[in-house]
Amino acid sequence: MKNFNYHCAKDSKEASKLSSTNSAFLAGGMTTIPSMKLGLATYKDIIDIKRIKKLAGIKVASKSVIIGSITTHSEVANSKEIKKKIPSLASLAEGIGDPQVRNRGTIGGSIANNDPSADYPSACIALDAIIHTNERKIESSKFFKGMFETALKKGELIEAVEFKIPEKSSYQKYPNPASRYAVVGVYVAKHKSGVNVAITGAKSCVYNDKDLSKVLSSSFSSTALEGMTLNSSDMNSDIHASAEFRASLIVTHAKKAVEAC
Amino acid sequence: MKKITVEVNGKKIQKEIEDNTILSTFLRDHLNLTGTHVGCDTSQCGACVVHVDGKSLKSCTAFAIDLDGSKITTIEGLVTNGKMHPMQEAFKKMHGLQCGFCTPGMVMSAINLLQNNKNPSEQEIRDWLEGNICRCTGYQNIVAAVKEAATKM
Repeated sequence: MKNFNYHCAKDSKEASKLSSTNSAFLAGGMTTIPSMKLGLATYKDIIDIKRIKKLAGIKVASKSVIIGSITTHSEVANSKEIKKKIPSLASLAEGIGDPQVRNRGTIGGSIANNDPSADYPSACIALDAIIHTNERKIESSKFFKGMFETALKKGELIEAVEFKIPEKSSYQKYPNPASRYAVVGVYVAKHKSGVNVAITGAKSCVYNDKDLSKVLSSSFSSTALEGMTLNSSDMNSDIHASAEFRASLIVTHAKKAVEAC
Repeated sequence: MKKITVEVNGKKIQKEIEDNTILSTFLRDHLNLTGTHVGCDTSQCGACVVHVDGKSLKSCTAFAIDLDGSKITTIEGLVTNGKMHPMQEAFKKMHGLQCGFCTPGMVMSAINLLQNNKNPSEQEIRDWLEGNICRCTGYQNIVAAVKEAATKM
């Protein structure tokens, strides 16, 4: 691996100031480090943000749960407050990778990376999350731009993710048996305003399936999804699953999610 | 080069390292603690699992510099007064190893499980060891060893 200069930032301002076109923020490093080892990414400066106190911790408000960006998956999975307010979010975190990945990987890192098969982006879309950065607040619907692409600008740092507490919700995934990444993941959340059905793993980027959301907003039951078929023309097709299989998995897992709500 | 201070297996250590030194390289090449194995080197196989501040992590996917000030325990740090750790004893008793390559990671990971869950079910053990691969496929006895250790720890 090419060498770099390691910096440990004490606050968001310093982290942002240190960043350049040739730098990366380092949280858990669960994607950054393997990418660097494989030579897929090289940086002149690595800016560690794990010791920035403001980015840590979980806060519960009346209508939302706010999770600091350096909160690890195991902290989310084991949080009593999250288990009580949004149990589906704790169970999503519990299903990421393996215990060692969950001990290091962070929510901010997962969202900033926007892997097309990552779990957390679907939670953001389903739970109308607002991404708090050091510069602004971004709605999830405007945050995830495409494969590994987000609305983040250079030097912009995710500080926290604010999830709206739904009436009911469930995340169901068909995991890749080796990596536990989602071949398809379906996050159903019923809010007062309607139902979101966020899909990860199926296309190049997470999305809210408008057809499924519409059906479930008018009738929140798995039987309402009976016989539904989705257009698979822009779905991923790889050694793990064909596009047609993914389309079918979405409906099956949406039903499972509704039943688990 | 930067200087880091860490506590490894109870011993305070100060070393000058390159910024890009991976923790597994630091342990194996700089400290000669070769009990920590490197299998896939891509954070999938789990042979390199160690404990940092009481939590298990894959040492092939962490920068040593980022752990400045931490307490690290490797497989070499489990023995006390010449006596094996109950998890090591259980692996021996239940034949929880064949070629032994994955064993240091399995043992470190399994200890972290019992620290969080004193009496795990078979399914919980299998779920927890998700990130540890045994190429000899000796999982039956590994699970049996963790169960045995749970009665002793």
